[in-house]
Amino acid sequence: MSSLSRFLTSRWGPILTGIAVGVLAPVLVKLGNPGNMGICVACFSRDIAGALGLHRASLVQYLRPEIIGFVLGSLAAALIFREFKPRTGSAPLVRFLLGMFAVIGALVFLGCPWRAYLRLSGGDWNAIFGILGLAAGIGLGIVFLKMGFSLGRSRPAPAALGWVLPVVMIALLVLLVAAPQLGRDADGNPTGPIFFSEKGPGSQHAPLLIALGVGLFVGFLAQRSRFCTVGALRDLALLRDAHLFNGILALIVAAFLTNLALGQLKPGFEGQPVAHTAWLWNFGGMALAGLAFTLAGGCPGRQLFLSGEGDGDAAIFSLGMIVGAGFAHNFSLASSPTGPGAFGPAAVLAGLVVCAIIGLTFRERTGGVS
Amino acid sequence: MTEPTIVDARGLSCPEPAMLTRQALLNAKSGAADEASVVIVLVDSTTSRDNVVRTGKLAGWQAAIEQQADGSYKLTLTRP
Repeated sequence: MSSLSRFLTSRWGPILTGIAVGVLAPVLVKLGNPGNMGICVACFSRDIAGALGLHRASLVQYLRPEIIGFVLGSLAAALIFREFKPRTGSAPLVRFLLGMFAVIGALVFLGCPWRAYLRLSGGDWNAIFGILGLAAGIGLGIVFLKMGFSLGRSRPAPAALGWVLPVVMIALLVLLVAAPQLGRDADGNPTGPIFFSEKGPGSQHAPLLIALGVGLFVGFLAQRSRFCTVGALRDLALLRDAHLFNGILALIVAAFLTNLALGQLKPGFEGQPVAHTAWLWNFGGMALAGLAFTLAGGCPGRQLFLSGEGDGDAAIFSLGMIVGAGFAHNFSLASSPTGPGAFGPAAVLAGLVVCAIIGLTFRERTGGVS
Repeated sequence: MTEPTIVDARGLSCPEPAMLTRQALLNAKSGAADEASVVIVLVDSTTSRDNVVRTGKLAGWQAAIEQQADGSYKLTLTRP
């Protein structure tokens, strides 16, 4: 077990994780997930928000077991390798806001960084603008980091705090299986409090146990290897360190080959699954997301893996993503295959302003270099 | 022999521990070249520990890892 752990924390860890994600995500599409959406933390947070009734967009409501698996798989790895360290206190309220704006930006593009790379690997060239936007947002985040941006230190916390998000995920799993229908609609038919789409992307999903198993497996691997789709570009630009970036290259190559083998490679701009062709807002949405993820210290998957290790601040960010996804649909911020939502572009600009204010004002770094 | 630089990166999010380490190493490098330089970095997570050690190695420094009683790590980086 310890030799496996050493391997996963070596330079091969992110590469192996990237290959696992690159193979398994297209397989999840083959087994029922929406196109190029084997794994998408933003889309799945949006589906979870819908399933809980935080928004009522009837096409995108499902309790995605992949997300549950990410947290619980990371929890298992953290417990086995004694890395479960409950902690909190690094500007949690700001992290909640960053989670909200990150998912709003991602839903303007229609995908988190994970899905941006997966869309690219499936031949969706609109993802190129998203990835360029992601890089621009990360670059802006690096500027703030170099100016001394910091959300401050976390402090060790009681063990119970580290269990909060894992227990929430177990509760979501129970709700997924039980799918209680306690309410009645106007015609007297059972409805809510859990909503599952009957058509659209929310209705498309791989079998529960397979999706959960993939989530657990990836969560376990990524906790060990510190896989991060935002840290990959950040560390390459900031520290000249390709450790995480190699994992992204592995993901893209593995996903491309798997899509090719499964007949899922469809190159082009038009008619791509759960995507639109408004390049400016594909770029802009991901620029906002990239900035918010960088200020929060990692990509949405990484936030879930950190939550599994007991990081309460990452858990707050993850909850911010679910709440933000609810807002994104209730306020017509999220895009659809026809293009950006009515207020999506305005939300991106507002989000960039808020994130810039956060980047400029949280600059205290006490006890640094002495 | 100068006093070692101490970087307290405990509780900081990525990439701050690695950034602070890199800055400290650059500062040490600009010091007198004939003196042995030592940079001590304090971190409280294995992720930060690994990132700081890797940052040191990328800059050509060696790292000695010492686990503290409270579970945090004292990383002593030396220029060979």
